[in-house]
Amino acid sequence: MLEKALKGSPKYYIWVGFLLLVILGASGVYLMQLMQGLTITGMSRDVSWGFYIAQFTYLVGLAASGVMIVLPYYFHNYKKFKDLVIFGEFMAIGAVVMCLGFIVVDIGQPQRMLNVMLYPTPNSVLFWDMVVLNGYLILNVLVGWTCLECDRQNLPHPKWSKTLAYVSIVWAFSIHTVTAFLYQGLPGRHYWLTAILAARFLASAFCSGPAILLLVIMLTQKVTTFKANVEGIATLAKIITYAMIVNVFFFLLEVFTAFYSGIPGHTHSIVYLFKGLEGHAELVPFMWTAAALAVGSLCLLIPPRLRDNLKILPWSLAILVIATWIDKGLALLIGGFNPTPFDTIATYWPTGKELIISAMIYAIGALVVTVLFKVATEVKQETGASQKEAVPVEN
Amino acid sequence: MKLYNGGKIITGLVIFLGIFLAPLAYNVGKAAYTQPKLKMPENEKECIESKDFMRTKHMQLLNDWRDFALRDGTRFYVNSKGKQFEMSLQKTCMKCHTNKAEFCDKCHLDASVTPYCWDCHIQPEGLKK
Amino acid sequence: MNHTRRNFLKFAGLTAAGLCVASAGGALAVSGAGSTIKDGEKALKAKRWGMVIDSKKLGTKEAIDVLAKACHSVHNVPNIPGKQNVKWIWADSYEHGFDQPNNYMEESVEKRQFALLCNHCTNAPCVRVCPTQATYKRPDGIVAMDYHRCIGCRYCMAGCPFGARSFNFMEPRLHLDLATLNKEFPTRMRGVVEKCNFCVERLAMGKQPACAEASNGAVVFGDLSDPASEVRKLLREHYTIRRRPALGTEPGVYYII
Repeated sequence: MLEKALKGSPKYYIWVGFLLLVILGASGVYLMQLMQGLTITGMSRDVSWGFYIAQFTYLVGLAASGVMIVLPYYFHNYKKFKDLVIFGEFMAIGAVVMCLGFIVVDIGQPQRMLNVMLYPTPNSVLFWDMVVLNGYLILNVLVGWTCLECDRQNLPHPKWSKTLAYVSIVWAFSIHTVTAFLYQGLPGRHYWLTAILAARFLASAFCSGPAILLLVIMLTQKVTTFKANVEGIATLAKIITYAMIVNVFFFLLEVFTAFYSGIPGHTHSIVYLFKGLEGHAELVPFMWTAAALAVGSLCLLIPPRLRDNLKILPWSLAILVIATWIDKGLALLIGGFNPTPFDTIATYWPTGKELIISAMIYAIGALVVTVLFKVATEVKQETGASQKEAVPVEN
Repeated sequence: MKLYNGGKIITGLVIFLGIFLAPLAYNVGKAAYTQPKLKMPENEKECIESKDFMRTKHMQLLNDWRDFALRDGTRFYVNSKGKQFEMSLQKTCMKCHTNKAEFCDKCHLDASVTPYCWDCHIQPEGLKK
Repeated sequence: MNHTRRNFLKFAGLTAAGLCVASAGGALAVSGAGSTIKDGEKALKAKRWGMVIDSKKLGTKEAIDVLAKACHSVHNVPNIPGKQNVKWIWADSYEHGFDQPNNYMEESVEKRQFALLCNHCTNAPCVRVCPTQATYKRPDGIVAMDYHRCIGCRYCMAGCPFGARSFNFMEPRLHLDLATLNKEFPTRMRGVVEKCNFCVERLAMGKQPACAEASNGAVVFGDLSDPASEVRKLLREHYTIRRRPALGTEPGVYYII
């Protein structure tokens, strides 16, 4: 089926060419990092993880999010998600590829990476994260590809693919739980050391992930003949809304625990993020932007009339994505490392090179998603499934 | 039997074989490989084990030495003749083999291997900027 | 670990046997056969190594810098300016080192500097989180690192609540005086984490840790499990504290206040 990704409209070629150009150009900067080391990043002795690991964390959420479509479809036989399932699975593949990419670029000695498998260490959460992420990738490739191939040939899906789909639903929860465990089991990092972190991760994943997915699907509708079920979209938007409410609620629980108890360890990180500490207030504007956007997205999503308006919905989703990204793709890491073990503030800001290398990974992910979505939409066009009323001649 | 796309297939095969056999062609007529002449220690005639063993197995030996010394914390090696050595690349091996360029590098270069020992371990000649 | 040793000896023996057969009864050019490994005669041993630092005797930055210099030159620790620095032992204040804030501190303690280093915790989080066992716990309580195996994921740095670990963001040799390197100890390479090793390489040769040796008795190193040891004597006779005891990592470094 992959050959379907080779032929497309000029626009398609331009987009793929653009992504390849970004990847190629940025890989030069990555080579520089390989030769000089991670000194080209803004990371330091005190903030030893930065933008890369933050993006990894955010994208694990995107990977897990497909389950919000797959679960209702398989467990509740919710047929209106039928045409969306494949996109959820393919998005998960792209997201996991980006996760693995961000891990690779973050590691100091990437050529020794296989040591994680050569010396398996069950007491390390990172080992388990490697296991669940790779497992999730394989599951989605197997299930997604097989089901699409069967659809194309008008064959019923094989039984094992359904079993694996069930497994992948449970597995999706595991990938983000294990990723949260990376953080929440560390003594002395109060911002992370909270039992609700995994739940927060899942809540934020289940709003931001489907939001990104829905935005990409809307874009797909614009550039292909594919037309998603309108009721399906409305249901997904409802799921996003509930997840965002839970996400904000969980964060407020953190705020209550920290400030009512008044324990400095619990309050300091939050104070640093939202008010500044010891004269450092770098993240304050970002945090209040995130807070405002989070509230704004809820205002636009909760009233059914606004939520079901397909003109407004993309904007609501976009600001939700920005809000959750600041929370998880930026503040989570910096807030976790600050205050440092010495009760000081160590500022961190990604360098330009760090951002270019991150752009490389994002472009790789976008390329994977583009190719997979192209294949999926072509198959749907071929079989006449979920097509627009008047099928345009050109693709 | 007709060969479809025969021209393309044969061209492809020729290109493949050309690339594949290039190293052989490149070396035609060149002198046969001889083992490089290493600079042996002047004051010491015997290594910790026999020459054959050291030549073929020094990498495994060093690998094991590393784990014994570092991970098990057992730092001395007693060879078959009862002679005792500290398991240390810098403090034992390189005390006799005082010239990395004339000893280690010669074979490693020929064999095109680049062990990463020297990324951390300091060669007996010392380091230069 | 034992099975690898056994395998090694087996393998060495087999190789030797093979060579004997090949040399067809010639001179017994035995290699590896019967080879064994053992500890050095002088090696210092303990069930649980630990350290007591008398902050009354060692309480200024200048004094601690002497120790840091001794340690860093023995271990070829680079001197990197800025926030991507590498350090094994360093000086910091009570406020930064110990999370027991007190608004009205005794003046001498408030102004005192403390020698901070890896605590070689009994329940070391860095050992727990390392995905390759590049950081591991030795039976004698030392938290050691195998730089050959470290992949540079820096999970241990996030895990360590004492800020004891440094990452080689760049090639460390660029920031070392290559003329004065300790040629009996390696440097590190770019991309691995490093930290204090309680001088395992010196203990194996019967020497005290470099900082203890340079401290004029202000730093005492010994076996915490031995009631007769000097560290235990000091702990009996003085009021001591440890860094962040509430986290339960059980540090092996004690401070006399």
